Amino acid sequence: MTILQVENASISFGGVKALQNISFHVKKDEVFSIIGPNGAGKTTLFNLISRIYDLKEGSLFFKGVDATNLSTHQIAKLGIARTFQNTELFEQETVLNNLLIGNHIHRKTSLLQEIIFDRKTRNQEMEFRENVEAIIDLLDLQAYRYQKISNLPYGIRKLVEIARALSMKPELILLDEPSSGLNPEETEDLIFQIEDLRAELGITVLMIEHDMNLVSQISDRVMAIADGQTLIVGHPKEVQDHAEVIRAYLG
Amino acid sequence: MQFIRKTNYYQDIQLFKHGGQIFWYATLLFFLLFTPLFLSEFYLGELALVFIYGIAGVGLMLLTGYTGQVSLGHAAFLGIGAYCHAYLLSHEVPFLISLTLATLFSATVGGILAIPALRVTGIYLAVATLAFSVIVEQILTHWVSVTGGYRGMLVPAPSLGPISLQSFEIFYYTCLTFLILTIFIALNLLRSPTGRAMTAVRDSEISAESMGINLAQTKAIAFSLSSGLTGLAGGLLAHKIGYLAPDSFNLLMSIQLLLMVVVGGLGSLHGAVYGAIFIGFLPQAIALLRDSLPGTVAHTPGLEPGIFGLILVLVLIYEPLGIYGRWIKIRSFFEEFPLYRQATHKRQRTFLKTERLR
Repeated sequence: MTILQVENASISFGGVKALQNISFHVKKDEVFSIIGPNGAGKTTLFNLISRIYDLKEGSLFFKGVDATNLSTHQIAKLGIARTFQNTELFEQETVLNNLLIGNHIHRKTSLLQEIIFDRKTRNQEMEFRENVEAIIDLLDLQAYRYQKISNLPYGIRKLVEIARALSMKPELILLDEPSSGLNPEETEDLIFQIEDLRAELGITVLMIEHDMNLVSQISDRVMAIADGQTLIVGHPKEVQDHAEVIRAYLG
Repeated sequence: MQFIRKTNYYQDIQLFKHGGQIFWYATLLFFLLFTPLFLSEFYLGELALVFIYGIAGVGLMLLTGYTGQVSLGHAAFLGIGAYCHAYLLSHEVPFLISLTLATLFSATVGGILAIPALRVTGIYLAVATLAFSVIVEQILTHWVSVTGGYRGMLVPAPSLGPISLQSFEIFYYTCLTFLILTIFIALNLLRSPTGRAMTAVRDSEISAESMGINLAQTKAIAFSLSSGLTGLAGGLLAHKIGYLAPDSFNLLMSIQLLLMVVVGGLGSLHGAVYGAIFIGFLPQAIALLRDSLPGTVAHTPGLEPGIFGLILVLVLIYEPLGIYGRWIKIRSFFEEFPLYRQATHKRQRTFLKTERLR
C-alpha cells in the first residue's frame, strides 16, 4: 500500500532548478532512503513534503489525501513528522518539554480549560507524559529527561530530535541525515533504533542518508538523485552499482 | 544539594514542586498580608504600584520572554486598559465588570494587532508595535469626547458594591489579589500545551510549525493574552494615578515595561516580578540620589530615562538573563558550595543551526 506519493514535483529558486519532475512513492512499513551528492536537492525535497516550500508544479498525496496545498502544521496533523539536518530543537527547554511539544497535535483542551488547569487538562498532561515516557524508554533517554537541550552533546540531540518526532505518533517519519555527526558506535545504535521504529511502532521511514553502509543495511528501496533529477529507484545493491550514481558521486 | 524524590508524574506538573517552596511562598504571602499594619501609606502605595507593574510584567513576559516577540508598544495597552476602565466607571459600570471589560477590550485590540504583526519579526516587530503605540497615543489625544484629550480624564473612585476601594490598604489588597491571579493564570498556561507551543515558537519557528503548531494562532493568542493582562494592569494603574493624560502612556512607559522584563530576566515569571520591584522602586532611588548629586547633574532634564537606558544596556551586556539569572547563579553557588564551577553558567556560542529556510 502506498502511503506517500510525490508526482512530478518541481521547484526552482530564481534560475536554479532545484528539483525537476521528481516522482516516487513510499510504501507503508518500508524504509525508503534518498541518496545523492551535496546540492542534489534532497533536503529541498523534504522541505517540499513537509510543506515548508510550495510546490511549483506537481502534487503530493499522503494516504490518498491531496496534501499539495496544506500548510506545514496541517501536514504534521496528518501524521508526517520530521527531523532536521542540523537539529532544530527548542534549545531553552528540557528534553521532557521538547518531547511534550511533540504531543501538541493530540491536544484536546481549549485555552480556557488550560487557564484554569481543570481536570481534563490535568489528565491530558498525564496522558502526554506517559506517551513521552514510552518513547524515552524506547530510545534510552532516561538520563537526560530534565536536561536543557543547550547542555547536551550533539549525538544526544540527534536522538532527542528523533524522539520528539516520534512523540507525535506519526505514520511517516522523515529523517534528514540521522547519522551525520554521530560516532561509529552511535551509528550502529541508530540502525537498531530505526529498525525498532518500524517493527515496534509500525512507522514508515523516509530518510536522507550519506552513510552507504547504513543505507544498504536497513533500506528496502533507495532513490538516487543528482542535480534535482532522479537517477534511479531500486534495491540498495542495484542503486550502488548503477553507473550514473557512481558518476554523480565521483564526478 | 537537594534532591527531590519523584514517585509520580503528577509531581512534575504541580505548582509547588516541594515542601520548601510551599513554606517560602506562604511566608512571603504572610508578610505581604500583614505589611499594611506597619508600613506608611506612601510605601503601601508604592508597593501597590509594584504589584500593578508585576501584572503588566507577567503579561509582557508571556509575549517577549516566552513567545519571543518583542513589543515596544505595551504602554498603549496600559493606556487602552486605563482609559477603557475609567470611561466605563464614569458611566456607572460596577468596578469588577468594568475591569473585566477593559481587560477583554485590550485583549481584543492585541489580537487584532497580531494580524499585521504576524508578518514581521525581531526589530521590525519592535518598530511596528512602536508605531502602534504612537497611533494609540494620538487617538487618546484627539478623541476628546471620550478621553478628554489634553485636559485629561478624572478616574472615579473604585468601589466594590457598597465597599469603597479608595483606601490605601484595600487598594493594596486588590492589586495583590490580581497579581496572584495573573501569576496563577500564567503558571497554568506554561504547564499546558499552549504555553509549550509559545516557547516552541520562541526557540524555533520552523520546527514548531513542523510539530503541528499553528504559528499564526499561537502568536495571536500570545499577543492577546499579553495585552489583556497589560490592560488589566492599566485599569488598576488608572486608580493609582487618579487622573489620566495621554502622555502617561508614551514611549518611555513602553521602554520601562520592556526594561522590566529584560532586567528581571527573560523567560521566567520570577523575572517579571523582580523587574517590577526594580522599576517600581528605581524612581525613588533616583530621587534619593538626586539629593546627594551636584546641582548641575541632579537637575539635568531626562536624568531618569537616561539612567533607565544605561541600566538596560548594562544588563544586556553583562547579565542577559537579568536579576533572575544572577539569582540562579548565586543559588547554585551555595547549593554546590565547595564544588561550584564558574563554567557551568558560561554562555556558549551555538553552532550548527539549520540555515534559515525563509
